[in-house]
Amino acid sequence: MTIADRWLLPDGMDEVLPPQASRMEELRRALLDLYHCWGYDQVMPPPVEFLDSLLTGTGTDLDLQTFKLTDQLTGRMMGASADVTPQVARMDAHSLKRQGPVRLCYCTNVLRAKADQHQGGRSPVQVGAELFGHAGLEADSEIIHLALASMKAAGAQEIHLALGHIGIYRSLVEAAALSDEQESALFEALALKSPTQLAQLVDASVSDPALADMLLALGELHGGADILSQARERFAGAPASVTAALDQLDALYQGVLARFDVSLYFDLAELRGYQYHTGMMFAAYVPGYGHALAKGGRYDDTGRAFGRARPATGFSMDLKQLASLALAAPSRGSIWAPAQQDESLNAAIVALREQGERVIQALPGQRTGPAEHECDRRLELINGRWQPTALTQETSAS
Amino acid sequence: MSKQLILALSKGRILEETLPLLADAGITPAEDLSKSRKLLFDTNLPDVKLVIIRATDVPTYVQLGAADVGIAGKDVLLEHGAEGLYEPLDLEIARCKLMTAGVTGQLPARARRRVATKFVNVARRYYAEQGIQAEVIKLYGAMELAPLMNLADEIVDIVDTGNTLRANGMEPRELIAHISTRLVVNKAAMTMKHERIKPLLARLDSAVKKRQAQLAE
Repeated sequence: MTIADRWLLPDGMDEVLPPQASRMEELRRALLDLYHCWGYDQVMPPPVEFLDSLLTGTGTDLDLQTFKLTDQLTGRMMGASADVTPQVARMDAHSLKRQGPVRLCYCTNVLRAKADQHQGGRSPVQVGAELFGHAGLEADSEIIHLALASMKAAGAQEIHLALGHIGIYRSLVEAAALSDEQESALFEALALKSPTQLAQLVDASVSDPALADMLLALGELHGGADILSQARERFAGAPASVTAALDQLDALYQGVLARFDVSLYFDLAELRGYQYHTGMMFAAYVPGYGHALAKGGRYDDTGRAFGRARPATGFSMDLKQLASLALAAPSRGSIWAPAQQDESLNAAIVALREQGERVIQALPGQRTGPAEHECDRRLELINGRWQPTALTQETSAS
Repeated sequence: MSKQLILALSKGRILEETLPLLADAGITPAEDLSKSRKLLFDTNLPDVKLVIIRATDVPTYVQLGAADVGIAGKDVLLEHGAEGLYEPLDLEIARCKLMTAGVTGQLPARARRRVATKFVNVARRYYAEQGIQAEVIKLYGAMELAPLMNLADEIVDIVDTGNTLRANGMEPRELIAHISTRLVVNKAAMTMKHERIKPLLARLDSAVKKRQAQLAE
């Protein structure tokens, strides 16, 4: 290793410098306070767990994202947490075992083995909330509203909310009784929104014309609010579970519209997290970011692996991304104190700090002045009392 | 900024065939592309801009959201992967095939096959699916040379007429995929700008159908 690359950090591992670090911390506190006010209890999942528990019921994507290491005490494989959600689900199902609805929130550093270009690096700070124990629409609605409130708290403007429901795809595929291969080809065509590919597949593998038409419709049903009414027409003969899913989306849509000023987008073929999602799904976008800043949805089966299947819905975000949305409102500048040892000066500094002011005392022989340390006032002895006075151009240069 | 629509177009032959379709859909560059060394162009629509880049960079631009919509060959998209992209339209231009090829009459004997290609990911996936252990060698051009110089047993490359292959004593073998030019859309852009993108897709779709009908005549 040469001196030139001793500073080099691994791909996707970043350090957070001032002022971004304090911006992140401010936002972290604001979000956790928000969740506290909404009745969510904070949990802190362990950074490392045995792989068996970390990856149970989560699918291969998370497996590839997990850094692995051996526990030298037991010889078992451990993984560094790459996604907090399954850990929180385990805490609810196994560790807490509370009756009734449980509301949990978290803000934790996670590690990702693969740098995900969309999620900004391999060391995101995951922040989010989960609601367990209620299968109804009210829980989903609360989670969506809390996610939008979080984005607002971070200073997001022009939020675009995308809504989908995995139940529509699941019901139609079940009705079509496809083979595994056919289903994975169909999945791929829908994920690409490629109508030609979809048409070929449906032609070849679905004989029932009504069902074929509905699968084709799935590829087209994305867009603004009129999508729901179009869907009701095209899915008129669909299984009852499809109609129920549309009713849910409609209700969620009305709920959001009543309380938030956001643009709505529906995508009935959204298949993200197909391995664990069981109901509505949402993602929140902001112009200037080529990916979603908040993602969430219902995942009712995750707790089963830990002995207690519980209805669950929640969302998560990356605090680093979120903190980049808006710069911190310029907080009041610091107060510069001279490098004197003086009882009355010390008392004045203590008093100011107790009021929450930021006081920087010069060190003897220091060459940098108040301007370099972002001070807007300095302590001066006026009429025998140390008082903060505003810095002018010439005084700050001294 | 947010209401602007950025289209990333692949340089070269695909660009020549794309521009008439775009013109049919109501988008024309504000200046002659071939006479300029610029990379970012205005169009007749104030909120639509074009970037002209290497085909292999198009999916990256669109995936990361630097461009909202991109136009690139299926070969490039297969190699790059589709994460974060929609592929809603087949422009049916620049049609060709992605194939394996080797020296005529000389079937690869060794168990571990050496394959020269610029489509490294596609080649790995394809040979693995065929149950063949392949050692993939990345080259940037003139694939046909690799088997002749005993650098590789087979190549994976785009085959149009097959003339270059035959001129070098080679034959096309297995078809990996039919290739044509596709339009891709960034997922976030589709969510936030669907009111702009969906009508554009519909106009391009009818431009493609019109062109197909003309060709059929």
